[in-house]
Amino acid sequence: MKMEPHLEFSFYPGCSVATTAWESNQSLMRACEALGFGLTELPDWNCCGSSSAYVVDPELGFQLTARNLSLADPDKPLLVMCPRCLHHLRHAHSILREDQDLRRSIERRFRRPIPPDLEIIHFLEAVVRHGLPRLGGKPPRSLNGLKIFPYYGCTLFRPLGLRRQHYYQAEVENVLVALGAQTETNSLASRCCGSFLSAVQPQVVVQQVNSIMEGAVAVGAECLVTVCAMCQLNLEIRSTLNNALPVFHFSEILALALGAMDYQAWFTRHLLDPRPVLKSRGLIS
Amino acid sequence: MTTIKNKSQRLGAEQESLTQDPPEGAVIVHQLDRKLAAEVKRRSGTDLNLCYQCRTCANGCPFVAAMDHPPNALIRMIQYGLRQQVLECGTIWVCVNCHTCSSECPNNIDIVAIMNTLTKMALEEGVQIGAQPILDFHLAVLRSIEDYGRTHKLRIMIRHKLTTGNWFKDFDLGLRMLTRRKLDLFPSRVKAVKQIHRLFAPYWKAAKP
Repeated sequence: MKMEPHLEFSFYPGCSVATTAWESNQSLMRACEALGFGLTELPDWNCCGSSSAYVVDPELGFQLTARNLSLADPDKPLLVMCPRCLHHLRHAHSILREDQDLRRSIERRFRRPIPPDLEIIHFLEAVVRHGLPRLGGKPPRSLNGLKIFPYYGCTLFRPLGLRRQHYYQAEVENVLVALGAQTETNSLASRCCGSFLSAVQPQVVVQQVNSIMEGAVAVGAECLVTVCAMCQLNLEIRSTLNNALPVFHFSEILALALGAMDYQAWFTRHLLDPRPVLKSRGLIS
Repeated sequence: MTTIKNKSQRLGAEQESLTQDPPEGAVIVHQLDRKLAAEVKRRSGTDLNLCYQCRTCANGCPFVAAMDHPPNALIRMIQYGLRQQVLECGTIWVCVNCHTCSSECPNNIDIVAIMNTLTKMALEEGVQIGAQPILDFHLAVLRSIEDYGRTHKLRIMIRHKLTTGNWFKDFDLGLRMLTRRKLDLFPSRVKAVKQIHRLFAPYWKAAKP
């Protein structure tokens, strides 16, 4: 299934999606093929600094992010997969757009221009804006009433300096319902998963993740869908509940509904096997 | 006249003994850093003096239980000028920058910017770090970014285990992640890694042991 006209994006995967969350990347490629999105990976991109650079030295984080901006093609929107990378890229870009002197000095440093009008969008935003109209009615593999708890995590909604920008509230629900699923939600949908504390103070994260998971079980969901690879990992590895639900990345469930066939390779990488849930709804054999 | 004089002498002596041997938790006014609030305000770019102690940040924070001071108390401590207590607390390291507090703050105070300013100041001034394992983890991540331009999770975890010496914590989890190829053996690299080295050169010298 291919859709015309083709839409072109430059693509910033980010470290997690490029490595740990290989399945998110693969399913993203399938979903983009089906939706007619052409992705060109940002040439020689580097880590945005993650939380660590910003905690140790915000200036260092800014410089790392600015290098990525200098690599971007000014004529294509920059598609980002990770909410934290998106936040850093947008934040740095908004600073550089307003401060011309700083922009010039960064441009001299990397010997490349920084496009001041660059559009930076999250994959979810691209799907909402361009993907849903392209689906036109029924998806190739309807999700058959699968009850999903959409877990947004903290970063996609919040960052202060970006309050004037788009809010994603209910957008995941809109897409999932259009794909034939049911959504169940509660106030824990945007609670932080614990991020790097998972490595250092796991007991704190176990508590967070369990309360999110219990919330999803309580509203009758069969699985969780998240837009962040970090959240997906934390929810999978730190839940100690016996009745923990499987967690999908948004791109996996989207690609599945759009008819992708290579899902076995993604689902075997999950720490909590999601296949029984999908089988019970007749989505995979 | 003499009684007044005696009284003031007595008060002076009391004050002196208080300063020399203050009761626990006492704040000694002339030792406070009166410029701290202005410094944090300037460096973080957010006006912390708008805080009216409504505690919304502390009530909303998912990690407040792991902190030694809730965010609103930290702001009060900055205003009091308790420099050492502020820079040596664990709160500034436990904060994961989830922005729950700043997005709920009725006065739009960017509390995350305050936290990140304080962590940087703590490193610059070489104070006792309130949560050394968290800093060690960040440094492991930064070394990976410095060397490869990207994070390499397996190396970060091994380095972190080396510094903490806690090899068996999460050992089975690491194995499960390896068998599901969640941890790549080899890093994904940036070609122009020299450019990344140059970015690192001027920074975190203070933090690098």
